[in-house]
Amino acid sequence: MSLAYYVKSFTLWEFVKAHAKTLHYFFKPKATINYPFEKNPLSPRFRGEHALRRYPNGEERCIACKLCEAVCPAQAITIEAEPRDDGSRRTTRYDIDMTKCIFCGFCQEACPVDAVVEGPNFEYSTETREELLYDKAKLLANGDRWERAIAANLAADAPYR
Amino acid sequence: MISWFTGFLPYKGAWFVATIIDILVIALPLMLAVAMIIYADRKIWAAMALRRGPNVVGPFGLLQSFADGLKVFLQETIIPSAANRGLFLIAPIITFTVALAAWAVIPFGPRAVLANINVGLLYLLAISSMGVYGIILSGWASNSKYPFYSAIRAAAQMVSYEVSIGFVLITVVLWTASFNLNDIVMAQRGHIFHFINFYAFNPLLFPMAVVFLISSMAETQRAPFDLTEAESEIVAGYQTEYSSMSFALFWLGEYGNVLLMCALNATLFWGGWLPPLEIPFLYHIPGIIWLFAKILFGFFVFSWVKATVPRYRYDQLMRLGWKIFLPLSLIWVFLVSGWLMLTRYHAF
Repeated sequence: MSLAYYVKSFTLWEFVKAHAKTLHYFFKPKATINYPFEKNPLSPRFRGEHALRRYPNGEERCIACKLCEAVCPAQAITIEAEPRDDGSRRTTRYDIDMTKCIFCGFCQEACPVDAVVEGPNFEYSTETREELLYDKAKLLANGDRWERAIAANLAADAPYR
Repeated sequence: MISWFTGFLPYKGAWFVATIIDILVIALPLMLAVAMIIYADRKIWAAMALRRGPNVVGPFGLLQSFADGLKVFLQETIIPSAANRGLFLIAPIITFTVALAAWAVIPFGPRAVLANINVGLLYLLAISSMGVYGIILSGWASNSKYPFYSAIRAAAQMVSYEVSIGFVLITVVLWTASFNLNDIVMAQRGHIFHFINFYAFNPLLFPMAVVFLISSMAETQRAPFDLTEAESEIVAGYQTEYSSMSFALFWLGEYGNVLLMCALNATLFWGGWLPPLEIPFLYHIPGIIWLFAKILFGFFVFSWVKATVPRYRYDQLMRLGWKIFLPLSLIWVFLVSGWLMLTRYHAF
C-alpha cells in the first residue's frame, strides 16, 4: 500500500485512463459496414441458400442417387424417386427443410453431378416457418435464378478441388 | 404570462391557465428530448464500440426512438395473472410522473422557473426519493422472483446513494447559504477569480462534484450501477413482466431521470444557465442554451461511462456507497463548514 496506490485510487486514475481510451475509439472509423447498403465480399465457397441446378439444355442434373440425403447430418433432405417416362431416373420429390439445415455443405460435396449446391444468397428470411420448407420447384427456381453466380463460384473454386 | 391572462380572466383563473401552459412548455419538449436522448445514448455507445448504431429510420436514424415508441404503443399490454393489477399498473405511472415532477424547480433562466420555491433542493430530494416507489411497487406487484430481487436491490441502492447525495447537497447549500436553485446558480457567477462561473472548479467543492456525478449515476441506475436490470442475472429486473405502454413509461421515466440528474449536475456545480466564463459577450446567448449545452455534455459523460465501465457487483456497490462516499462526503461537510466559519463568518 504505497503512496502511489492511494494517489491513484483517489484520483480515479484507472477510470480516467479507461475513459481516455474509449474517447479515442469514439473518433475512430467504424469497424462495422453499413449492412443493407454495403456488403462484405463473399468467398466462392460461401455456403448460403440451396439450389438445384440444370444442364445448359434445361435437363435437371439430379439423378436421385440420394447421396445427399444419406450424408445430411441434420436429416434435412427428403427424396423420393422413380423412373421417368423416358426411362431416366429422376426425383419426384426433393425437399430441404431449411429450419433443420446446418449449412455444412456435405450435400454439395456428396453430389456426383453438381446438382445440389449452396449458393451465395443469404438473404432469404421469411415471415412464416412453412416458407422455409423448400420443395423441388422452389430449389429448381433458386437454381435458375442464381445459376450465373453459382457457375462462376464453382469455376473459381475448381482449381482447388 | 400571468399578467397577459389577467387581461380577460380573474387572477386565480389566469394563474391556473398560465401554470398549465408552463407545465406543458416544460413537459412536452422534455418528452421529445427523452426520445432523442435515447437515440443519442445508443449512438454514443455504438461509436465507442466501433459500431454504427441506429442509422436506418429517418436521416441518420434520427427517428429510431419514435419508431420504437410506435411499435411499443401498438403492442398488447400483458398483465400476469398472478400480479396485483392495481399496483402493477400504477408503478410505471409513478416512475414517469416523478421523473417529470422534479423538473418544476429547475431554473432555465434568470426568471424562467416553473416553481421558484425557496426549498427547491429539499423538494428535489423528496421527489427523487419517491422515484424508488415505482420500482419497488413494480417488483412487488409483478409477483415474480426476478422483479422482486430487482426491487430489493433498487431500494437498498437508492437509499445508500441518497445519503451521500444529501451530504453533497449540504456542502453546496452551505456555500450558497440558500436552498433555492436559482440562488445557487447566481452564487456561482464569477465564483473562481471573478471569471469562471463553476462551483466545480472550487478546490473544496470539486471532490463533491465528482461524488455527485457518480452518485447520480447510481441514483438513476445507469451503468455501471444498473444492478436493478442486470440482464445476465435477473433478466430485465423490475421491467421483466412489463410490456407495451407500461414498459415505455418505465423507459421514459428512466431517461427523464437521467436528464434530470444531468440538469442537477449542471445547476449545482457547472453554473446552470450561466455562461461558463464571465464575459459580457457570452450573456447575449440565452441562458437556456447554456443549460442545454451543459445537460447534453453531462449526458455524454453518462453515456461515456456506460460504454466504458463494466457493471459493479452488488457488494462493491454497497462498499462504494457506504464505506467511501459516505465518510468522504461527511468529512467534506466538516471541511466546507469549517472553512466557511473561518473565512466568511469569522467565528474564531
